[in-house]
Amino acid sequence: MKFWGTRGSIPVALDSATIRGKLTRAIVAAAGKGLDTQEKARAWVENQLEFSVSHTFGGNSACVQLDAGDKEYVLCDLGSGVRVFGNHVVARDGASKPNVYHVFVSHLHWDHIMGFPFFAPAYVPGNTIRIYGCHKELESALRRQQDAPCFPVPFHRLGASIEFVTLEPGRSYDVAGWSVTAKLQAHSGDSYGYRFVRDGRVVVYTTDSEHRLDDPSAVEAAATFFADADLVIFDAMYSLAEAVSVKEDWGHSSNVVGVELCQLANAKHLVLFHHEPANDDERIAQIWQETLRYEEISRSGESLRISTAYDGLEIEL
Amino acid sequence: MHITQEHHADALVLTLAGRIDNSTTEGLKAGLDAYVATCQAGGDRLVLDFSKVEYISSVGLRVLMLAAKQSREQGGTIVVAALQPVVREIFEISRFNLVFECFGTVREALAKVSPAGLAAYDAKRGT
Repeated sequence: MKFWGTRGSIPVALDSATIRGKLTRAIVAAAGKGLDTQEKARAWVENQLEFSVSHTFGGNSACVQLDAGDKEYVLCDLGSGVRVFGNHVVARDGASKPNVYHVFVSHLHWDHIMGFPFFAPAYVPGNTIRIYGCHKELESALRRQQDAPCFPVPFHRLGASIEFVTLEPGRSYDVAGWSVTAKLQAHSGDSYGYRFVRDGRVVVYTTDSEHRLDDPSAVEAAATFFADADLVIFDAMYSLAEAVSVKEDWGHSSNVVGVELCQLANAKHLVLFHHEPANDDERIAQIWQETLRYEEISRSGESLRISTAYDGLEIEL
Repeated sequence: MHITQEHHADALVLTLAGRIDNSTTEGLKAGLDAYVATCQAGGDRLVLDFSKVEYISSVGLRVLMLAAKQSREQGGTIVVAALQPVVREIFEISRFNLVFECFGTVREALAKVSPAGLAAYDAKRGT
């Protein structure tokens, strides 16, 4: 799994003040460590420096790649992270090598499709881009965001062969070696999670999903969808208090509910995803640590591994 | 869910006991409903004594949120006291410490929400 975009709602850029703050903290932390070569400094940054100083959680809006080593690419969502992914592929394969891309779109809110006009492979004849989703407006939404006056290149001018495939929730499809099943989720205008299965490995991509705790059947359905997953990529945008009060019905979930659902489902690894744009790196790192602690407190069986997504994160299953 | 009550002047201390999770939350809700209904302007101030609560899950916290919301809409006062360390951590992780005013002890809670209740509480305990 490769995470190309992990921020919720809107991309967030590091500003100069934040970078200066990180540098200042790093320099103070490095004092007396004898880091007099690039190699020593790099190793110390990688292994010793506080995570929220040495990293940023990003960044770009949602885009995650499932990489099973195939020639064809499989992605979830077309947030701004897909621009970076596209540039990476072009740099690695060259612009002229034809590729096939399979993209599963959770929903059509802007942060989940905004990267497509900047997805370089879409401009290259010979490429095939197959976009899957459960919304009947899937194609019109992607076309519309490139209409004037919003974007200078209309959708019909894109060079790649672009196909749209409407999926039926609850039904399994075989795509690029994966068995994929979509599930309806609670979100404004609906969203869909995807359960990917291949060679006994299970990955669940479930973003922009609110879990109503007062509905046991919904909780059970979510646990079934997550069942025995090796990895659950989970919308943990809000705190639990926010999610059940001022931000109830805003269509997102919390770290606490993510832990509880994964424990209920016997999932192995939870990845906190779709970070709140208002949260800085320190805050997200704090939420991560708190989530680790909540998992300890609430654990009744096997331990659940917990990560927090950042742009550039790779997880091997 | 086991709930006991103790009146101190215009304050009502509800002592919750046990583990609040999926299996006990309905009991918590049923137990709290009647008290929350009377938690209004001029009515009893509610102090939820958590000293005997070992754990609370998200479902239980949601019930507390509903109680807080209803009380506030009615102009009432509801606070939390005597959280065990683990439960205090859960309040902090879930940010419920920002929803409820949390006090170290029932006495500290009464001192804030009901001077008359505090006097009655102290008198009852001979302090």
